[in-house]
Amino acid sequence: MTGLLSVRDLRVGFGQNPKANEVVKGVSFDLGPGETLGIVGESGSGKSVSALSINRLVDFGGGRITHGSIQLTRSDGTVLDVAKADEKTLLGIRGRDVGMIFQEPMTSLNPVHTVGAQIEEAFRLSKGLTGAQAHKATLDVLGRVRIPDAQSRLGYYPHQLSGGMRQRIMIAMALAASPRVLIADEPTTALDVTVQAQIMALLAELREETGMAMIFITHDIGLVAGIADRIMVMQNGVAVEQGETDGVLDNPQHDYTRHLLRAVPHFTSGKAVRDDGRRAEQQEPIVKVDNLVVRFPVGKAWFKPKGAIHAVDGVSFDLVPGETLAIVGESGCGKSTTARALLGLNSKTRGEIVTEAGRSVRPVQMVFQDPFASLNPRLNVEALLAEPAIANGQRRDDALRERMTFLLDRVGLPQDALTRYPHQFSGGQRQRLCIARALMLNPDVVVLDEAVSALDVSVQAKVLELLVDLQQEFGLAYLFISHDMAVVERIAHRIAVMFAGQIVELGEARAVLSDPQHSYTKRLIAAVPAIERRKQRFAVDMTQVPSLVRPPGFEPSPAQWREAGDDHRVRVEDTP
Amino acid sequence: MSYVVQRLLTFPLILLGVSILVFVAIRLVPGDAITAMLGTEAGLLTPVQRETLAAYFGIDQPIWAQYLRWLTGLFQGDLGISSIYGKPVLTVILERFPLTLQLSLMSMVIALSVGVPLGVLAASRNERPSDLVVRVLAMLGQSTPNFVVGILIIYVLSVFFGFVPAMGTFTPLFTDPLASIAQLIFPAITLGFAFAASVTRISRSAMLDVLSDDYVRTARSKGASPMSVIWHHALPNALIPVVTLSGVEFGYLLGGAVIVEQIFALPGLGRLVLDAITQRDYALVQGTVLFIAFNFLVVNLLVDLAYVALDPRIRIGRR
Repeated sequence: MTGLLSVRDLRVGFGQNPKANEVVKGVSFDLGPGETLGIVGESGSGKSVSALSINRLVDFGGGRITHGSIQLTRSDGTVLDVAKADEKTLLGIRGRDVGMIFQEPMTSLNPVHTVGAQIEEAFRLSKGLTGAQAHKATLDVLGRVRIPDAQSRLGYYPHQLSGGMRQRIMIAMALAASPRVLIADEPTTALDVTVQAQIMALLAELREETGMAMIFITHDIGLVAGIADRIMVMQNGVAVEQGETDGVLDNPQHDYTRHLLRAVPHFTSGKAVRDDGRRAEQQEPIVKVDNLVVRFPVGKAWFKPKGAIHAVDGVSFDLVPGETLAIVGESGCGKSTTARALLGLNSKTRGEIVTEAGRSVRPVQMVFQDPFASLNPRLNVEALLAEPAIANGQRRDDALRERMTFLLDRVGLPQDALTRYPHQFSGGQRQRLCIARALMLNPDVVVLDEAVSALDVSVQAKVLELLVDLQQEFGLAYLFISHDMAVVERIAHRIAVMFAGQIVELGEARAVLSDPQHSYTKRLIAAVPAIERRKQRFAVDMTQVPSLVRPPGFEPSPAQWREAGDDHRVRVEDTP
Repeated sequence: MSYVVQRLLTFPLILLGVSILVFVAIRLVPGDAITAMLGTEAGLLTPVQRETLAAYFGIDQPIWAQYLRWLTGLFQGDLGISSIYGKPVLTVILERFPLTLQLSLMSMVIALSVGVPLGVLAASRNERPSDLVVRVLAMLGQSTPNFVVGILIIYVLSVFFGFVPAMGTFTPLFTDPLASIAQLIFPAITLGFAFAASVTRISRSAMLDVLSDDYVRTARSKGASPMSVIWHHALPNALIPVVTLSGVEFGYLLGGAVIVEQIFALPGLGRLVLDAITQRDYALVQGTVLFIAFNFLVVNLLVDLAYVALDPRIRIGRR
């Protein structure tokens, strides 16, 4: 065997009777030295379980390998069947032969040990380095993952670092052992898109430097397009297609691969924006936000705050009926705070929010990100849907029930759903419930705060379709908050780009996506992974988001705007 | 540091509240020092005799005046005179406190050194026989009243080993450490039994939570040994609930352990409070309750400081 890793007919089951509850049902693949394999699939496809079988971490999650072999060539040239190895041998495999980085950098580092100690531990376990040697090696590896000022970072605890930094620490920890295979399990899913681009660039560079093989697991086929040599597509525990990256992407053989490539939103730089429902000339806005400011006091010293987080600073926009305005930006840019201020869920410091009372007493309704957490598990669907109406003084009568069944039908759920409870529905169905609930009071405006972000990609596409249909039917205006440019491209008429609490660019969707003007918008759009740009390489860029904490009484200088097109405004940047 | 000062500044306020509460509560109970001393014969006293006695016990004035006088004394470090012992209250308390403190500390040491390892062992062998054994033991320990444990210990010691623990007067730790510890070891085991059971249960469930955390998986992916995963990566993260529980239990123990003191005939704080209440020794009740409340505040502060030491996220504010 010439390969590094050869998996044959792998079957993995869970629970008391693993043979009956198989999650991976006969997967085979090979990995050569220095090669990168991308495993693509949605949740429950068995992609993570397959990867966790390679270092047998799957055992700790309750999984059992029921059949098949995992032949791993170790650094001394011997071949080991990991599927049958004992726990003692496996300790030597983990780290040294197979390194791993995980999805959640926030929770994957131990909160009570410094990052330096955690990396040094990896050196001690794999190479027996201790004391000054381990310290020096740690500094060295932090440099390799491009962490500036490494010496002082060693004493930091994980919570003192940003998500991107923590993921670098994770990578450094895996690199410490010089593994021959690195398994990256959705390593960028929890990160902002510009940080994702940095991590991807870093992984690509490190692969060149070290010559290690990589298994890259993701739900986003666009993301692996840029890094994988070969791609394996998984669905329901089976590898439905595998082959060279270009072959799979350009000439997919299996229906599911075609579905992932075509039906699922992929970013195309403004080519896929909607053509329907353009804003008419002189249309009266239903919502007008003028110079909205939201600040949160921080660091109370006795009774006087030491400063304030300028979460939203001078944001203005309007929204007309039937239109979608997307607010895009990265975590902490103030997009959700803006949305919440619109509903009065957090108080504004200054500014005007004017909503025309249209057809409802409560013209603005909201759909939240997490469909699992935003439905009370102890209420059935009828009670959940009735709640907004009851809260507004309506009676629980036949008319209300009729409205419920009407809306359930419109969001594509069966009528008998009324007596069921949230846990009996899938994520996509729950989000449909949330949408139905938001529509109960016949609102004019629906705020969708990352409403499709927690859903699987193919479910995402269907919910987006539903949202467009509902918008056309009821003339709804959407304020669509998202970090996902591919999704925004499919639903937005206009886009507002937020950065550090301010809108930096606002305009017609196609113009903003295809011809970004502000330096941040350019950076953001360049970082979005896209199948058509897969050959493109990013340079590792360490630009940090500025702190939003300001001293008391600080006022930002008023915004200067320039027109970049018919409906396209850009904030003028300070030239340093 | 400024945090500790801030916390200390709140102490007098809380203690003032406690003192008012106790002062009023004890006077709401029917009977007073005179009836407690004379029983039904108190009804035979002439009004003059009664007034003289009331003046002697300091209960002849309206309640607010009594309270003000007591409070003035308090600021001068004078908690009043105990009517039972005829000595200053503070002296009486300080005679009893060393025993209670030592007993509480010994019980806690026993509880932690037995409970934490057992809990960790059970969690790391979740659902296997050793876990089940530990869980049954813990359940047993929590549900057995401590007078049963205490009497059993005395019975076994005296009947099978002919050993009778020293009773009555307490040998202070600094006079004769060995004798002092020997005197308290069995009461401490009695108290530590249920305490250890609670610690076992809470450390088991905290460890189970932590063992499924992502960073534990990370440690395993690095090739860390099972021992290192449990003791180095998981346990420090599981200690906070254990500290919380220990703090509460320790605070209770410092208030005295009436039953165990009774069984082992130990002159501790618990029996002192009991006597003070049954004999309407107002000054002594007020003094001991205030003292116990103060201890509770100190223990709570120590618990919070322990959190700070255990968890860097509390130590260095989130960014």
